Formats: sequence, structure tokens, C-alpha cells
Amino acid sequence: MEKILVVAHEKCTGCRLCEMVCSVKHTGVNNPTRSRIHIIKWPMEGFELPMLCQQCEEAPCIAVCPKDALSRDLTLGRVTLNYDLCIGCKMCVTACPFGGMGIDTVVQQVIKCNLCDGDPICVRFCDPGALQFVPANTVNLMKKRDAGLKFSELMRKSLISDV
Amino acid sequence: MALNREIAYIDLSTAEIKTAPIPIGVRQLYLGGRGLDMYLLYNHLEPGVDPLGPDNVLTVSAGLLVGTPASASARTHIGAKSPLTGFVGSSNMGGFFAPELRFAGFDHLVIKGKADGPIYLWIHDGEIEIRDASDIWGENIFDTQELIKDELGDPEVKVLCIGIAGENLVRFANVMTGMKNAAGRTGMGAVMGSKNLKAIAVRGTMGLEIRFPEESLEYNRQLIEHIGSTKFAQIMQKWGTMFIYGVTNTTGLVRVRNFQLNQQVGGNIECEHIEKYSLGTEGCYGCILHCRHKYQIKDGPYAGTYAEGPEYTSQGAFGMEVDCNNFETILVGNHLVNMYGVDTLEIGSMIAWAMELYEKGILTDEDTGGLKLEWGNDQAVLEMIRCIAERKGLGDILAEGPLRAAEKIGQDSIKYLIHVKGMSNLHSDERSTPSLALGIATGSRGSDHLRSRPAIDLYHLPEELLRKIYGGPKPYDGPLSSDYTSYEGKPRMVQWQEMMYEAIDCTGICKYHTIFLSPNLIRFEELSKLIYLNTGLEFTPEEIWDIADRAYTIERLFNIREGLTREDDWLVDRYFDEPTPIGLPIARDKCIDREKFKQMINEYYELHGWDEDGVPRPETLKKLGLDGEPSHKL
Ligand code: SF4
Ligand code: SF4
Repeated sequence: MEKILVVAHEKCTGCRLCEMVCSVKHTGVNNPTRSRIHIIKWPMEGFELPMLCQQCEEAPCIAVCPKDALSRDLTLGRVTLNYDLCIGCKMCVTACPFGGMGIDTVVQQVIKCNLCDGDPICVRFCDPGALQFVPANTVNLMKKRDAGLKFSELMRKSLISDV
Repeated sequence: MALNREIAYIDLSTAEIKTAPIPIGVRQLYLGGRGLDMYLLYNHLEPGVDPLGPDNVLTVSAGLLVGTPASASARTHIGAKSPLTGFVGSSNMGGFFAPELRFAGFDHLVIKGKADGPIYLWIHDGEIEIRDASDIWGENIFDTQELIKDELGDPEVKVLCIGIAGENLVRFANVMTGMKNAAGRTGMGAVMGSKNLKAIAVRGTMGLEIRFPEESLEYNRQLIEHIGSTKFAQIMQKWGTMFIYGVTNTTGLVRVRNFQLNQQVGGNIECEHIEKYSLGTEGCYGCILHCRHKYQIKDGPYAGTYAEGPEYTSQGAFGMEVDCNNFETILVGNHLVNMYGVDTLEIGSMIAWAMELYEKGILTDEDTGGLKLEWGNDQAVLEMIRCIAERKGLGDILAEGPLRAAEKIGQDSIKYLIHVKGMSNLHSDERSTPSLALGIATGSRGSDHLRSRPAIDLYHLPEELLRKIYGGPKPYDGPLSSDYTSYEGKPRMVQWQEMMYEAIDCTGICKYHTIFLSPNLIRFEELSKLIYLNTGLEFTPEEIWDIADRAYTIERLFNIREGLTREDDWLVDRYFDEPTPIGLPIARDKCIDREKFKQMINEYYELHGWDEDGVPRPETLKKLGLDGEPSHKL
């Protein structure tokens, strides 16, 4: 079943462990510039936002790729990059509105999140649960439950005070 | 490789910069971080220099495992001769600076001399530049970092810097990065200030090779699961170090009204209060404990201000020691010390001491400029923070630190100081806990809970478990006691923790992930595996102990060279003469027994292979390979 990687930014503690393990897994080296995920921070305001490839349905990167190196992989619900076809023109890097396509200057290739072929390592290491990999058709239920939790507390309180 | 980071020698007087590789042989002796910094200080400092003069040497370093998947290895260590104690200066902090320093190609910076005017260092991908900081001088900790990032045009730059306290040479000024990560102790900020060094900015894109990437990730995943499953972790994740107050205050193990009480009666500053202000929690690089809160001050002149923390130490500084019973005062005090860049622990102690002097009539309204330095006067406490950081009025005297201030104030003010080696104590009261008392008395950087505190002694752990922990990796079959009021076997616990913390500080791992507040976390065995998987260096747990021993002994040699004697490993008289007045029965009516304490110190020296004056014996130096120091390998 198609799963998606969702971000609950309010749970992110900004530890950047996801960046580290992504880089180490894919390159054997810890180099945040080679990581597929990045934490964008405003440290003096205590705000952080995990940013990564959104695996778009109508992906601008696929649209601009002149060599059809990028395509949608329906089983894993991702945009995949075929390095055999890629000529490294970096059109996709320009086209992606989220910075999801990056350039690894060590191996001179464009890089992107491949959802670790179905078991994203960033999710495994994100202890606070800011990153989750969940079935696409129930993602809204999960969010509803999170939001509902706060709402339900208020409801319960009002019930108690009614009695 | 994680081992190919370099050392840079930066002379601010001549603007000369040299870089060199760090030989593997030196790594095998000191690993990195604090251990190697101590070697560098012993080798590069002339004895007897003025800590605030150009001849002092400042080291800044990243531990050996920083930036690797090893559990929360994020710490920057800073060393120099301390302007507070005149002995070894050493302090470390978490955050994101140390990993970035490594991504920029360096592990150790040795900074000498003094710049003509304010400057900052800009270090990026192997390059080091000295840049003008005239426009930034005078700015606080937060703005300094933002201004430098703006100037360099890269929000990913990480900055460590001093604030106004460091510029004003407050002898306990700290060095900070981010909103609250602070290398607080021993006045490293004043040393930076004395060199006109406002900040160090780093940015790097150089990858750190992990020796066995897959195994390292897998092992760290296991460690995370293990650490995360402990009760300690769950509490830390929720409350941070503030949770400790509940235990220590209830028992009567804290310092209230300077040293007059050991419990804050009716104290209402528990960690739970943070819920009202918290916006979530933050972690250091790679850490799952995320022990600090993000919060917003609600009322008063700082209403709406964003800040991070506070720690248990700030509950002590702006709560217990000064007997203020107002959580907001702690939140504001914490914000102010971070903004000014000054050690929360030392400043709280200085203010509490001044309050006792005011109570005793040694300080009068004339001395305080009319400020009523009375217990529980929140506004006076907050005002004193400003006066000390800005060196205004009485604050100018207190900014000199305990011993110098006592000399200036005179009368019998020195009698009321709670310090060891000229550094103030944490807001803890060790009169019922001989092991903790021994730790602060002998700590190489002065009275301190992060050098050797066997904090788990407070948990009354069963003897078999104590034996499992303290019986190795170097065999020990002497006594061990589950009773924290006992003097039995405590020297071993102190020595063991000393070695553990030294080893950990060499790697840059955060102490909260090790045996400090929980008996179930990382010790020598795990460390050995972490070092191997990430760097390929092979050490048995015993060999790691030896490295720690070597580094700790070089700190001892440094101190002895600066004039330390056995008398400096001692507590102030109040510990022996004034019994604790309140608290639970276990902590009441307790003081330290002089004779037994002397005996403990003898035992402790013996365990270390030091003679009765606390000087390492020649055979000890030989065994550790220190007989030829200083050896100038680097
Ligand atoms: S691992 Fe999770 S908490 Fe840490 S930075 Fe990444 S998304 Fe945030
Ligand atoms: S426990 Fe706290 S101080 Fe230690 S690394 Fe984690 S967030 Fe930083």
C-alpha cells in the first residue's frame, strides 16, 4: 500500500539526527549537505521545519527532465531517479519548489529522497515522531486524531463542568 | 575520516595562522576534546601567566565522536587558564557549533595573543580568517550571532561568542552558542574578552567519514531505544533537569539562603510550572533527550520575550540560593544570564553570598546603592545580574568572583563564601552526602558537579549493582556502600566518575547519556564500541580508563604547576561546623566529619597513585607516560 512521509513540525526538536543518518546511510559519510532531508531553523525564535522531497503527483522535476530520468513509482508512492538516464543537467533542481532535488558535489550527481526503498531511516531515528511514514489513505485520520486530542480535552472539560 | 580533522594555531597578536594534522599517536593518548585540550594547555602555557593577559592560551575543540551517530555527541570544549581560580579552566557546551567545526575541517583551535581591536574568527572549509568585530562589540549573545550570520550571508553559520559580561572581563563570563548552550564554568568568556575575540563563526561542507557506517547506525539505533526506554529519559524529555528539584529540595539537599538552610520551605518552583510557558522542547545535535524548553515570558518588562531553558542550576541561582519563590523570576533570570553571557551558577552564588553579607550587616545600603539585598527580593536579584554583567556599583566587585570580591569587601566576608579553589558551588548542599562533598573538594576546576559527582549515590542502589558499575573496568574490590551518608567506598565512586566524565568529555558525548543521573546509561564498555564503530580506533574499556587517567593527571599537573596544594582540595569550614538545620531525617543535623573527610582524601589520592600531598608519584607518571611532559608533540 502507498505510504507517505508526513512531517509533524510541532514535534520536531531540531536535533538534525535525521540529516545525519540520511547522509551516513546514503554516503557512508556525515555531511549534511549530502543529506536528502534538511531542518530549516530560526534558532532565535525556536522554530524548525523539516523539509524534504514531497514526492509530488504532478512533479515539476519530472516535467522538466529532458531525459525522462525521473518518473513516478506507483508501488512506493515516490518520484524515482534513474541514474542511467540522468545527464546531470540540474533542470530538476531549478524546477523543484521545495529544494527536494539537491546536488551532491562529491559524486557530482543530483540527489533526492528515495524513501529508502520503503523504510525511511530518518523516520526510524526521529524519536519525537516528527517524521512518520503512514498509509496515504489514512494520513488525514492521523492528523484528525492529533487535532482531535486537543479539541477533546476541551470538550471533556466542558462536559465535566456541565455536570 | 573522523580522524583527519586538523589543529589550528592562531596568534591574534601577529595574525599568524598555522594548521597541522593531529597525529594518530596523540589521539591514542588523549582521544580529543577535553583530554587533548588539557595536553595542549600543559604544553603551550607558561606557568604563572595572567589569565586575562595576552599570554593565556585558549583552546576550542570538538570531541572525537562529534558529528558521528554516537549518541548526542555535540559538545564543544573550551580550555584556558581560569581567571576565576588561577587553575585549569575547562568548560563544555552542546548545540551545533562543534559538529560544524568538524565539517569545516578542524577539531582543535589553539588561540594565543591578543588582537589590537575587536575581531572574530571566520572558519569555513579549511580556511581561517580574522575579521573586524568593531560593529558587533557591545552586542548581546543573541544579536551577536544573528549579526554575524547576516554579515556572512549564510543562516547555516554556527557561532560561539561572548556577551557583554565577557567583554567586561567578568571573571565568570561564559561562552555561548544558540539561545542557551553555554560553556559556563571557569570564566572562559573573560579569556575571550581579554583577547578581543568576540566570536568564532564556522561553516563547513566537508564530510565526516564514519568507519563502519551501517554498524554505527544500527548500534546507535539500539542505544536510542535503550536510552529512550529508561524512566530517566522520559522525565528528561518532558521536564529537563528541572525535575531534580523535586527530589533534592524535598530531601533537604539544596543550598538555600546561601548556606543557611538546606531546603526551600514552601518552595513552589517545581518543574511543572514550565507547562504554562513552554512552546515545546529543543535538542542538541543528534540528541533524543531534548532537555531544554522553549518558552515565552508572560509578564513584566520582558513579557513576550522568547528564551530557552531554564536548567536546574537556574532554579538554584534565582530560586533556592536567594530564596525567591517565583517561577517567573527563574525564567527572567535565565534569560538575562544568557543574554549577557554569564555563568548562571556562579552569579547566583555571588548574589546569594552578597545577600547573606547584607543580612549580617557587612554590606550596607551604601554599598548596594540602596538596593535591598533581602532574601526573596526578586527585583533586587534581577537588578544584581545587570549590575554584575555591566560592572556597575557593587556588581563591579562581585564580578571579580568569590575570593577577589571577599578581599575587596573585607571584614569576615570570606567566612560566608561557599567555594572550592575560588569557584562557587552548585546550589547543592553536600553535608549529608560525603561522596558528593569529596567530588567538589577535589574537582580539578574547582567546586563542581560535572567533574566527578557520583549523583547515582543518591538512589541507594543495591550493593551488587554498585559493584557491577564501580568494580570495573579497572578491578576494585574495596568497600562500596548503598548508604549515601556513609564515607565507605566513596573515594572509588568519585574516582570512577572522574574517569568516566573525562573520557566522555574527550569524545564530546553529552553526560546525560552516560552514567550521571541514571545508572543504566553509557559507560566504558559502550564507549569502547562507539569509538571503534565510528573511528576504527580500538580500545578496551581499561584502555579508555587509562586515557582518562592520563588526561585527568595532566590537569592535576597543570594545577600543581600553578601552585595547587593539598589545602586546595578542601571544603570551607561551614561544611564541618554548621549542621544542616532541616529536611528529611536522613539529611537533617548533618555535617561533614573533618577526620573522616581527611581520610577519604587520603584514600582518593591513593587510588590515583598520588602521594599524601596530592602530587602524582613518579611511578604513576611513568605508568601513564607522563614522565616526559611537556613533550611538545603538538
Ligand atoms: S530527527 Fe526528528 S526531531 Fe530531530 S530534527 Fe529530524 S525531524 Fe526534527
Ligand atoms: S541531553 Fe540536553 S544537553 Fe545533552 S545533548 Fe541532549 S539536549 Fe543537549
